[in-house]
Amino acid sequence: MRGITKRFLDTTANDHVDFELYPGEICALLGENGAGKTTLMNILFGYYSFDEGEILIDGKPALFASPRDAIALGIGMIHQHFTLVPTQSVLENIIIGVSESANPFLNLRAARERLLELQDRFGLHVDPDALVWTLSVGQQQKVEILKALYRNSKILIMDEPTAVLAPSETPELFRTLRMLADEGRAIIFISHKLYEVMEISNRVMVLRNGKVEGGRETRDTSTRELANMMVGREVLERIEQVETEPGDVVLRIDGLTAVSNKGLEAVKSLSMNVREREIVGVAGVSGNGQSELCEVLFGMRSPTSGTVTLSGKPMRLGVPGEAVKRGIARIPEDRIETGLLMDLSVEENLILENHAAPEYGGRGLVRKTAIAEHAEELINTYSIKTDGRTAAAKSLSGGNLQKIILARELSSDPKLVVASQPTRGLDIGAMEYIHGRIIEEKKRGAGVLLVSDDLDEVMNLSDRIIVLYEGRIMGEVRGADANREQIGLWMSGVQQ
Amino acid sequence: MRIQLTKRQPLPTWSRIAIPVGAIVTTLILAAIPILAAGGNLWKSYYALFYGALGTRFNILETFVKSSPLMFTGLAVAFAFRAKFWNIGAEGQLLAGAIVATWIGVYAVGVPSIILLPTIMIGGFLAGGSWAVVPALLKTRLKVDDVVSTLLLNFVMAHIMGALLFGPLQKPDASWPISEQIVEAARYPILLAKSRFHLGIPLAFLAVLVVWFINTKTVFGFRAKAVGVNIKAAHFGGINTTSVIIKTALISGGLAGLAGVGEVAAIQYHLLSDISPGYGYTGIVIAMLGNLHPVGVMFSAIFFSIINVGSQTMSRMTGVPSYISGVMEGMALIVMLVFLLMNEYKIRVVRK
Repeated sequence: MRGITKRFLDTTANDHVDFELYPGEICALLGENGAGKTTLMNILFGYYSFDEGEILIDGKPALFASPRDAIALGIGMIHQHFTLVPTQSVLENIIIGVSESANPFLNLRAARERLLELQDRFGLHVDPDALVWTLSVGQQQKVEILKALYRNSKILIMDEPTAVLAPSETPELFRTLRMLADEGRAIIFISHKLYEVMEISNRVMVLRNGKVEGGRETRDTSTRELANMMVGREVLERIEQVETEPGDVVLRIDGLTAVSNKGLEAVKSLSMNVREREIVGVAGVSGNGQSELCEVLFGMRSPTSGTVTLSGKPMRLGVPGEAVKRGIARIPEDRIETGLLMDLSVEENLILENHAAPEYGGRGLVRKTAIAEHAEELINTYSIKTDGRTAAAKSLSGGNLQKIILARELSSDPKLVVASQPTRGLDIGAMEYIHGRIIEEKKRGAGVLLVSDDLDEVMNLSDRIIVLYEGRIMGEVRGADANREQIGLWMSGVQQ
Repeated sequence: MRIQLTKRQPLPTWSRIAIPVGAIVTTLILAAIPILAAGGNLWKSYYALFYGALGTRFNILETFVKSSPLMFTGLAVAFAFRAKFWNIGAEGQLLAGAIVATWIGVYAVGVPSIILLPTIMIGGFLAGGSWAVVPALLKTRLKVDDVVSTLLLNFVMAHIMGALLFGPLQKPDASWPISEQIVEAARYPILLAKSRFHLGIPLAFLAVLVVWFINTKTVFGFRAKAVGVNIKAAHFGGINTTSVIIKTALISGGLAGLAGVGEVAAIQYHLLSDISPGYGYTGIVIAMLGNLHPVGVMFSAIFFSIINVGSQTMSRMTGVPSYISGVMEGMALIVMLVFLLMNEYKIRVVRK
């Protein structure tokens, strides 16, 4: 791949990326969230078109209109979310989309023999007649690999293959990958777990902000160097930090364990606390338990064990109403799906949480005037740009949508603010405004738990930084003493 | 060449009225095709249609009589759909209301009207309501799809009614499925002389007002709207979404039940297996045509009953079969859905 550039609306996801892959090697593609790894691979697999550059396969230019063309040229991709039909058998899944001849009838017997032969050769044993939904995630991954092999893929793209596996299943996957590479196939291994990359790959390519940060032979590099390349060295202008003396503990989390939607333990007996006048930043590569932790605090997820104490009193978990009642300001990571009712008006969104309070909804009736006054006031205070308080939320820009949430959550002077990815997808102006508000809250006396994938944000705002890795606290450091390298290593699961 | 749908800025507020009106006009124009195909003279047929529905005092009042059950089932569906409780079961809920009204009405001999009328209304409301709460519980507790469960429960209720009409509710000397007549005191009073204009008609208009009030003025109405717009965000905001869905189902089913009460207490005076010619299903179309707004439901129910009543006259005067009303109802729904789609999307023809 030469000079690949891909632009989405106003962002450049890949900026003149050069990428080479040789037969028989395992090349790791490393980078933070949003670095452009998945975009690049989707281009290689024919999912996305690209704006500039060219792709050469075996020296010949290749143009893909769809994944079908990529598959025909021997490229196979195993997505993080499998693309299997759960109600069909393993064999049926494997032959989907493969047309070997003009014969309209399925030759299941021949297909089965070929599959069994592949299974023997690579030790990927899965019952061909088992229905896919009955298989474990690890076995489903084997089916995906078999599917790619069945189609004679010479290049295998594995998008974070270990993210869905239990730790004990990883070595088996690695054995398979090595065997495939020894046969002369080329494997692209996308990950941000450094020790895995060090263990499995021959070569590492690091992407950062859509550009190639560098390439290294695995044996010539170290986790430390890779972590540096991944998180970068440039330091953005540091927000003027306000030193405050933290007060009493506002939020205490004890032994919290929570299971993700996939059924894996996402948060593992986590204990931490947040004090008054303190911003605690939670850093980590996304998918290491941050979302689940926030959901528990929001009342949106019931933990399997552990307790949460708010200002000394235990909190009832799994009930969003409790979080509202106890006055936690909650800024969810997904403002459109979770935070707001996009088809309702600005004023209705602003009173969502206290619509039943006596002044807005006393005796079961909606008090229009009070709601309107409340809305006008907040629109002014938070300078929300809207066509009016009755405009539908969906007519507002992302930054202004986030301001609606801030206005709703912060106007009641909360003791605790839990902000999850508060500036994700926002422009610099909105970002600065939100950072300013968060510091305001701290000065006022609130404790703030700031969860963000944006390491700059966490480092700039936090008095204390906690790094989550696979649901556990990998490291903790005072904001003033934090250095990117150390945090980068913790984020990648490397403990010194 | 390909045809593509692309999102566009929806039309402003006036479109909420313009769209249904436009849909009705378009339907009347399109209906010319089947009318001509049936050999009818176009102007004569339309004249007969509107004369039959609105030409005389009696015809107008008959149109109102027909609109009452349609308004109730239309409101039932619209109220449920607003909270995204997909109640396709107004038909079964109507039957539940009719059964309970009959049961009370047949056996409550000697009870004065002033007590009996409210009793059968409340009984019918609760019967329809609880029949709708069943799928609401299945939805909230077990995540059973409400479209399927509400639809299938219609057939369950139809068979329950059949069993009752051949069993305990059957008129002793009858050989077909029909109940005894309900007592005089249980019958809705006729309000205008020389007509069938009964108590159920002003009640339907009252129901329009009540639903409008709940939707726009009450905290519950706000919650139901929030649940309908985005149940996850409503839950996040502290709303007990389960309770909202169950209460919505109770009110929705109750309104459909009242349609059934009206058919027994004001029209038939007894229960029979074809007590409803599919009012519950027509209610879905009416709710959609009325844009799920109670006032819209009121007008579209009246429009449907105009077509329904008028097509009888048209059939007698021009020989165009009265089934044309069913064709027009179907057309109205399709046209309305297309118009609603066009409000949010525009068609683009892409040349390759």
